[in-house]
Amino acid sequence: MKERTAETRWETYLNPARLPYPFCPGCSHGLVLDHLNAALVRLQLDPRQVVLVSDIGCSGLSDQYFVTNAFHGLHGRSVTYACGIKLANPELKVVVIMGDGGAGIGGHHLINAARRNIGVTVLVLNNFNFGMTGGQHSVTTPHRAVTSTTLEGNLEYPLDLCGLIRASGGSFIVRTTAFDPELADLLAQAIAWEGFAFLDIWELCTAYFVPRNRFSRRALEAALEEMGRGLLHREARPEYSRACREAAASQRGRPTLSPQPIPIRHAGRVERKTSVIVAGAAGQKIRSTATALGRAGMLAGLWVTQRDDYPVTVQTGHSVSEVILSPEEIHYTGIPAPDIVLLLAPEGRKVVGKVLAGLGPGTRLYVRTDLLPLETGAQIVPLDFDRARAGKKDMAMMALAAMLADTGLLPLEALREAVSLGQRPEIVQESLAAIEAGQGLLR
Amino acid sequence: MREFIDGSEAITRGALAAGCDFFAGYPITPASGILVHMLRELPKVGGIGIQAEDEIASMGLCIGAAMAGRKVMTATSGPGISLYSENIGLAIMAEVPMVIVDCQRLGPATGGATTVAQGDVQFLRWGTSGGYPIIALAPSTIPECYSLTIRAFNLAERFRLPVFIATDKEMVQTRATVKIEEYEAVEVLSRRLAPAEGEFVPYRVAELEAVPLFSPYGGPHILRLTTSTHDERGYLTKDPPQVDRLNRHLAAKVEAHREELALVKADLQPGARTLLLSYGITARSMVEAVALARASGKEVSALTVLSLWPVPEKAILSALEGVERVVVAELNLGQYRLEVERLACRRGIEVVGVHRVDGELITPQEILEAVR
Repeated sequence: MKERTAETRWETYLNPARLPYPFCPGCSHGLVLDHLNAALVRLQLDPRQVVLVSDIGCSGLSDQYFVTNAFHGLHGRSVTYACGIKLANPELKVVVIMGDGGAGIGGHHLINAARRNIGVTVLVLNNFNFGMTGGQHSVTTPHRAVTSTTLEGNLEYPLDLCGLIRASGGSFIVRTTAFDPELADLLAQAIAWEGFAFLDIWELCTAYFVPRNRFSRRALEAALEEMGRGLLHREARPEYSRACREAAASQRGRPTLSPQPIPIRHAGRVERKTSVIVAGAAGQKIRSTATALGRAGMLAGLWVTQRDDYPVTVQTGHSVSEVILSPEEIHYTGIPAPDIVLLLAPEGRKVVGKVLAGLGPGTRLYVRTDLLPLETGAQIVPLDFDRARAGKKDMAMMALAAMLADTGLLPLEALREAVSLGQRPEIVQESLAAIEAGQGLLR
Repeated sequence: MREFIDGSEAITRGALAAGCDFFAGYPITPASGILVHMLRELPKVGGIGIQAEDEIASMGLCIGAAMAGRKVMTATSGPGISLYSENIGLAIMAEVPMVIVDCQRLGPATGGATTVAQGDVQFLRWGTSGGYPIIALAPSTIPECYSLTIRAFNLAERFRLPVFIATDKEMVQTRATVKIEEYEAVEVLSRRLAPAEGEFVPYRVAELEAVPLFSPYGGPHILRLTTSTHDERGYLTKDPPQVDRLNRHLAAKVEAHREELALVKADLQPGARTLLLSYGITARSMVEAVALARASGKEVSALTVLSLWPVPEKAILSALEGVERVVVAELNLGQYRLEVERLACRRGIEVVGVHRVDGELITPQEILEAVR
C-alpha cells in the first residue's frame, strides 16, 4: 500500500489486477461498483480507512475488485460485522454491499442498525431474486412475478425496504436504480453521512429475473417512479458509535469491579457443614436475608455458599435461598437434607414442601404459625409474628435472628455487622430493628 | 482476606484483567449476569459493551470488533450457542480471536433455564460445520473462573480462534467464599502484529501449525477476510492445493499444540484402583467424594480436567496408569465419557459413568458409590 501524502490522489479504488468483474452480461452489479468507485474517488479516502463488507450472493463477489479493506461474511449478517467494526473504530468508513436476499435474511440487523443510527452505509443491490442460486424469489420479488420458486407467479407481496428503514429510524434513505447518473453522488453523500445511510438500488438480473418476467429497464424505471425515487429521507440524529463514546466518557477511570473483602471478626461456633434454607415469597427480602446470613458466617470465619431460586417475575411467586456454612471449604454446593429451614410464606412452602415431607427430627424448621400444620418429621419451631413489633416485610430477617438466638449458630453481633456491609443507612436501621424484634419471637 | 462472589463476577473480572475491551451479548438465563457486569464495567476502561438484537448479532458485532483490533468476549447459554453456530465457523475460518462463555443450562432446546447441566460439552467441540477444532476451558472453582478467562483470552489471541469457557448455571450464579489470594496472576498476552513496514499478507503462514500475523482494520495495512475458502491474501479460491493447506492449517495450529494446551489438576494416590475424572461444577462433588473415600480408608485417584478441548490425552493416559476402573462424573448422559473410553479401551480399563440430567448436582455420595 502506497503512503498517502498531501499530493497523493486516488485515481481509482478498483484493483486492475482483479478486473474485469465476473458478473453475467447485462447484470447491473458492475454499474453499481463503478459508481461506488467514483464515489470513493470523489471522497479521496485512504483505502486503509475504508472497509467493504460484503454479504452472500452475486453481490458478495464485489469486495474482491477493490483495493480497500474487505470482509466477506455470512449471509445476511454483513450489517452486524459492519457495526462491530464501526463501534470498535468509529474513524473507519464502513460500507456494506448486500443483495435483496441478504436484506431478507438479515432484515433484523437492518432494522436495528437503522434504529440505533449507527454510521455505516448499506447498499442493497436489489434485483428482485436470488441470482447466485438460480433465481428463487426474495422478499422484494414483485407480486405475480415468476421465479424458480414462484412458477405460477409470486403470491407474496414485496417488502418496501426503504419504508422499513424509514420506520426503523434510518437517517439517510435513497431508492434509485443502477442506471441513475447521480448514483455516484448519492453514494458519496451516503458514505460521508454521519448516521445510518441506506440505498435500495434497483437492478436487472439478466440471468433469471429479466427473461422470466420479460422485465426491462423501462419497466424498472416505471415501477421506481411509482414508488418514489432519489433521496427519500435525510434527518440528522446522533450517531450511535459516537453517542456510545460520549456517554462512556463520564464513566472513564471509575473503579472497576474488584474484591470486597469480608474480614474475620467473630468466633465461629459451626463445627460441621450446616445448611439453611430460607423459603418465602418475593418481596420478603429472602435473598438479602440469606446474603446477610452468608456474610455473618464469613465474619465468623466460615466458608459459605448461597444459591437463590426465584421465578422470572418480580414481586410475585416464591423466593428460596439455600445457604451452606462450613468450617472448611465447600465444594459440593447442593443440600440433600437441610439442617435448618426458615419457612415464611405459602409460596415458599409450595417449593420446599416435598423436601419438608422427607425431613426427620435432625432438622429444625422455623415456621410462621399460620403456615401450620405441615407434613414433616422435622422439629417445628413456630414463629408468631403477630407478637413482633417490627414491620412484616422484614419477617425473614426476624426469623433469621430468632433462629440464631435459638441455636447459637452465629453470634448476633456478626449478623448486625453483616447487615451493615454496603447497605444504605435506612436499610441498615430497618434490618437492625428486625434483628432486635426477631430475638423476642421465641420468648 | 476472603470475599463472597459468584462466577459471573469472577469471569467479568478475568475478562477485564485480560484487557477485554469489547463485549456484545443478548440476555439469557443464566448468562445475563455477565452481560450486565460487562456493560457496566467496560465504559470505565474505555471499552464498548452492547446488547445486541439477537445472538447472531452478538457474534457478528464481536467478530467485526475483533478484526478492528479489539479483545472481544460474548456470553450465552446453550440456546444461544445454537444461534452462534454459523459465526463460530466464520471465526474459525477467518481466524478471529474471541472468547465465548457458555453458561450451560439443562437442554435440549429451552430446557431448564434455571437448572444446572453440562450438556454442551460435545456441542461446543462440534458446534459448527466442518469439524475444525476449537479450544474449551472449564473452570471448576470461582478463582478458576477468573484465571481461565484470562487464559482463554491469551489462547484466543495466540491461536486466533474462538476459545470457549464451558461453565454452568451453578458456577456463575451461586455465591461462594473465595480466598482473595487464590486468584492466580496470569500474564496477559496479545496477538502478534505484523510489522507496520513491508508487505502484509493476511493469511500467510510459514508452516501449517503457525498462526498468521495480525493487522487490524484501520491499521497500517489492508486487511482482507473471507468466510469462504481462501488463499493467503484472503481471496476466495477453490484451488485444491490451497484449500487443502488452509483446512489442514486450521486443524494443525491447535493439534500441534495439544499437549501444551493441557490443563488438569491431578490428585493421584499410589495403589488406587479407581480413578475419578470430572470437570466444571461436578469436579467439586468429586473432590468431596475423594475426601470421603480416603477418610473411610479407600484409595482413590482423581483428575479434574480444566482444558476440555483439545482433550488432554497424555495427562489422562498418565492418570489411567495402574488403575482398573475410571469413573467419569458429568451432568449429561456420558459426553466426555466417550473421550475417556477412547483412551481407556487401549489399556483395557473399565469405564463407568455417573450422570444426572434432572437439573440437580451429582452428590459426592453418588460418586463415592462408584469407587471400588
